[in-house]
Parts: sequence; C-alpha cells; structure tokens
Amino acid sequence: MTVLITFIQRAILQATPLLFGATGEIITEKSGNLNLGIPGIMYTGAISGVIGGFFYQNACQAAGYAVVPIIAVLIPLLCSLVGSLLVTLIYCFLTITLRANQNVTGLAITTFGTGLGNFFGGSLIKITKSDVPYVALTKISLAFKKTLPFASKTGAFGTLFFSYGFLVYLSIILAIVAAIVLNKTRVGLHLRAVGENPATADAAGINVTKYKYFATAIGGMIAGLGGLFFVMDYSGGIWANNGFGDRGWLAIAIVIFALWKPNFAIPASFLFGGLYILYNYISASMALIPILQMSPYVVTLIALVLTSIRNNREKQPPASLGLSYFREER
Amino acid sequence: MNEQVKKTRDPFVRITKRDGVTFGKACIVRAVCIAVALLLCAILTVLVTGQNPLVMFATVFKGAFGKGRGFVTLHEAALLLCVSLAVTPAFRMRFWNIGAEGQALIGGLATAVIMFLFHDRMSTFPLVLLMTVSAVVAGAIWGVLPAIFKAHWGTNETLFTLMMNYIAIRLVEWFLKIADKSGSNVVSHSLLGDGIPNLFGVQYLFNIVVVALLTVVLYIYLQYSKHGYEIAVVGESENTARYVGINVRKVIIRTMILSGAICGLAGLLIVGGASHSIDSNIIKGRGFTAIMVSWLGKFNPLYMILTTFLLVFLARGADEVSTICGLNSSFSDILTGIILFFIIGSEFFIHYQMHFNWSFFEREKNDEAGAFSAEKPAQTDEKEEA
Repeated sequence: MTVLITFIQRAILQATPLLFGATGEIITEKSGNLNLGIPGIMYTGAISGVIGGFFYQNACQAAGYAVVPIIAVLIPLLCSLVGSLLVTLIYCFLTITLRANQNVTGLAITTFGTGLGNFFGGSLIKITKSDVPYVALTKISLAFKKTLPFASKTGAFGTLFFSYGFLVYLSIILAIVAAIVLNKTRVGLHLRAVGENPATADAAGINVTKYKYFATAIGGMIAGLGGLFFVMDYSGGIWANNGFGDRGWLAIAIVIFALWKPNFAIPASFLFGGLYILYNYISASMALIPILQMSPYVVTLIALVLTSIRNNREKQPPASLGLSYFREER
Repeated sequence: MNEQVKKTRDPFVRITKRDGVTFGKACIVRAVCIAVALLLCAILTVLVTGQNPLVMFATVFKGAFGKGRGFVTLHEAALLLCVSLAVTPAFRMRFWNIGAEGQALIGGLATAVIMFLFHDRMSTFPLVLLMTVSAVVAGAIWGVLPAIFKAHWGTNETLFTLMMNYIAIRLVEWFLKIADKSGSNVVSHSLLGDGIPNLFGVQYLFNIVVVALLTVVLYIYLQYSKHGYEIAVVGESENTARYVGINVRKVIIRTMILSGAICGLAGLLIVGGASHSIDSNIIKGRGFTAIMVSWLGKFNPLYMILTTFLLVFLARGADEVSTICGLNSSFSDILTGIILFFIIGSEFFIHYQMHFNWSFFEREKNDEAGAFSAEKPAQTDEKEEA
C-alpha cells in the first residue's frame, strides 16, 4: 500500500512538467501554431529561473541575510516567465509575422533553447566568477517545495494530495482554466476559430495576428514553468546538463494523446508520469528496464494510430495547424 | 467622424507576395542575413568570453580547418550530409520525417548487432555486405512504419517518427545491457571488431566516397527520374497527384522506404565506418540538424553540400572557442540557433515584398491635430458646467 502511494506521488511529480508543457502546447496549437520549440522553451524557462535564483541566493550570502521564501519563489518565477516569453517571441515573430515554416522554426528554437540551458547551466559559475563549486539552489528549492502545513499529519491522504509544492497545483489549475477559457468563453471561441480557419476568422473581424501572438506567447510561458518546476522542485535546485531529457517531446505527444483538450491532459500526463517511472516498481531483470522505459512512447503511438483510424471529427487537430496565414493568399 | 478616418487609413507596412525572384537576388538576401547573423554571433562571443574578436575568428577557423582538422571536418560534413540526403525525398513530399535520428540509430544498431555476432567468424567482405544489408533494411523498416499509417489513415507523421526515435534509443540501451554485462553505457570497439576497413589505408575515406556518390545519385533521382517527379507532385498537392493518376499511397510508402534506408546507411557509416562502437547518443542530434540542412538547401542535394559545410564549420569552430575559453560545449548550439533564426527569417524577404506607406505618419499628425481641436471645445464645455 505504501509502495502504491509513493508510486502515485512520484508519478504526479513526474507528470507536472509534462502537464505544463502539454497545456502550453494545446493553447498554442489551438491558434494553429505547431510549436516544436516547446522542449527548448522548457529548457529556457528552467535556466532563466536558475539564473534568477542563483543571483538572489548569492546576493543573500554576500550580504549575510537569510533567504526569504516569498522572494526566493517570486524572482525565479518571474525570470522563468520572462525568459520563456522572449524565446517564444522569436518563434512568434518568425512564424506569424515572417510566415516561416513552423516545423523548421520550432526545431531551431529547440536547438537554441536547449543550448541556452546547457550553456548557462554549465558556465554560469565561470561567467559570474563566483566562488561556489556548482549550481545548487537548495535554499530556493526548499521554498518551492514548501507543502501545505497539514500534509505530514494526515497520513496517506496527505501524502497523496497535499505533499506537493505549489507548482503542482498551479499546473492542474492552469489546465482546468485553459479548458474553461477554450470551450466556454468568447475569447476561446475566437481562438479556436483562428486555429480552424484563419481566413474565416479574419472575415468575421477577429484579429488573427493578435490571437496567434497571444496564444503562442502564453502557451510558451506556461510550458516554461514546466522546466522551472523540474529544476527547482523535482531536482532540488540542482542543474544537470540534459537532465530535463526528452520530457518536452513527451509533452507534445500528450497533446495528441489528450485530443487537444487541456482537461484530458491532466489524466494523460499522470498516466505518462506513471509509465515514465514504472520500471522502478516492477521487479524485472536489469536488461529489461529499457523495454519498460519504452512504454510511454509505445502508448503514444497506439493512441496516435487509434485516433487517426477512428477519424472522428471531434478528435482532430485544429484544421490549419502548421500553416501560416497570409491574408492576401487564396 | 475622426474615428472613421482612422479605420480606413492604409497601414504603415503593406506586404505583397513576390512572384519570381531572380536566383542572384535571393542569394544576396541570404548572404546579407548570414553576414548579420555571424556579426551578432561574433558580438555575443566577445561579450561572453571577453576576448579579441579577431583572435576569436582565427580560433574558429583553426577549429574547423586547423592542422589535422580539415579532413575530420570533411568527414563530419559527410555524415551530416548523408542524414540530410535521407530526409530530403520525404520533405519534398511534405512528409515531415523528424525521425531520421531514430532511423539512423536503428541502422547503427543493426550494424552493431551484426558486428557483435560475426566479427570474429566472418571474413571482411561478406561481413561488410551483411552489415550494409541489415542496416539498410532496419532503417527502411523504421521509416516505412509511419508511412504506412500516414498513407492509409493520415496518422500524424511528425509525432509518429518522433516516438520511433525514442523506441530506437531504448532498443539500443537494451542491446548495451545484453552485449556488455559490465553495465557500461557504450559497447566498445573490443566487442564489435573493426567493421568497414579503411579505403586505401585512409581513415574515413570510405564514408566520404559513399556520401559523395550518394549525393550525385540522389540529385539525379530527384531531379530527372519519374519517381522524383511524382514526389514533387505529391508534395505540391495530393489532389493534383490523384487527378493525374499517381498512386499517392504508393509514392508515400516508397519514398519513406528510401528515406529510411538512406538513414540506415548513415547509421552504418557512423557505427561501422567511423566509431566502431555504439551508444544511445551516437547519432548526436544529426537527425534534427539534417532537417535544417535539407530545408536551408531548398531540398536540393547540391545546395545542401553548402549548407552542411556552413553548419559543420560553425559547430566545430564554436566548439574550439568554447574549449579554449573553458566554456560549455553547448555554446555552439546557441550560435547555430541564432544563425538558423536569421536564415529562416531571410526567406520572408525573398518571397514577400514590403511596401512602406510613409504618408502614414503625416496623416497621423493631422489626425492628432484634428482630435486635439475637437477635444478642446469639449473641455471648455465641462469647465463651463463646473
């Protein structure tokens, strides 16, 4: 029983970066932009937070003050949002204003963002000429990990539901809010119209460029939080190059798995989070571990094939996904 | 009334599509964009390292073409070009194969398995033949699976090929665990044997010759054969292709077999012809860089030679800079990203024309003046009321 509870708890921790990424990408794709730069943007979000936290922690140490939890959370959070916004804006400018190919631009963003993360992660100390051996933001990480006060007193129930840092709850709230905005509000309706058929939306008086910019930028910022969660909460504030791994791509896979619905993305990412760490909990020989680690990708493939074979109109990507819109083109 | 005037005013920038741009003009636009990108990279490098920019440029050249480096750079370029050639037929068909990484890796895995099993039991020639066949077949299988689903049910190929990458990585890790019981992350030369022998006693020459031949063959196939034409038509419009009687499904599947097979060949060259070892990161992201190379080279094998050299030159040069300055090797990724942004952006100026409407600002001044004068009496009215 306790094994099951720790498994679920670990799965939810694994799922959170995926959920941030998937929610961000769904909002982006609803505007008709296929942003394959999400993995890079998540790296950027992570490293921007680390840079902000690093400076704050060093400043505190130099001045001899204790780290204030609220500020320790706010500075990396803000830095992360700004960092991922800036990189996403490069994507927006190239694909929306300059109408570049979205696949190629996205991959370039991923190269750039991953490089940015690994470069600053590995060279931050040398560039700032500080005298610490490696980037370890343990004090800041504690602020991010702060759980609700009654988590440890309510036994298994508390472990399951209250034992997380605030970003876990934020990821779920954002997914639910995104689902409501997309399906129940006028803004969501307009956004979906832009993604389905920008020419019609344009004719109806919707500012296509503005919607695409805002959706992609907001989506990128949400995805960046996934990176921030990973480094600050999950890894305990310690940066490891390429530590984030392939989670960005899995987040994009979840978008399809969840049929472009943020509310479906919540259980989908929990499932993927579970599959991601399943090999730790099954007593198999060492050699079989890679086979078990394959499961998230195989499940995605099966889901991908099944949804395409069923070919249900409700379960399709936005019709103009991946195409740039030029008003004067017919 | 003022508002109506504002709404109907022409925008400051109007964009129209250009019909045909001369080749020379397009080249000038691209060259200017690359020059600006390089300048930006140079400024960034100087800012980060704090070194003399001229010294820095010398370092970049030394990294790429310095003593004993030129041939290695040529070989690096050949390997990248091979993967880029592989994705090109698929991209011409607008089949977004981002699984070249996995297709090459599985080709490498097939090579490694054959080498692992038979390197001390077979003579060189049949061994190399068997390695080649298995690598090509493995790559083709990895490429054709997404194509079959795409052709019959329209399954999203971008994600399918992407997921296949990770399955290939895990398969390699599985092989590593089985082949090397010590738990090492790499199956090394000692377990795999020598693989492809050196051509005329020159290391890597075999790989370079194979890729050079492949470039020419693929160029002819794409530009002058019936298959190549069918690929181009399917890429332009599937409906047109159907209308003229092309079997679209057949073309998609056939082209992806070709694409996957060349990727498998790249895996063979990397594992059998260069490293003689295998680990899960042996392709080193070439499958993704290849997409850039192919797209930047307008899906034309001959132009792609140039774009390959540009990217390899930059990567090796930036590597040298980061090694000398003790920086992280990912610095080259940042520089590559910046240059890609500029090249991607340059396409806009080739395909579209901007018309500036300078009277935009003059009218705005008039409007402001009008608005001001209209506001004034309103204010005085208020005052009077007060």
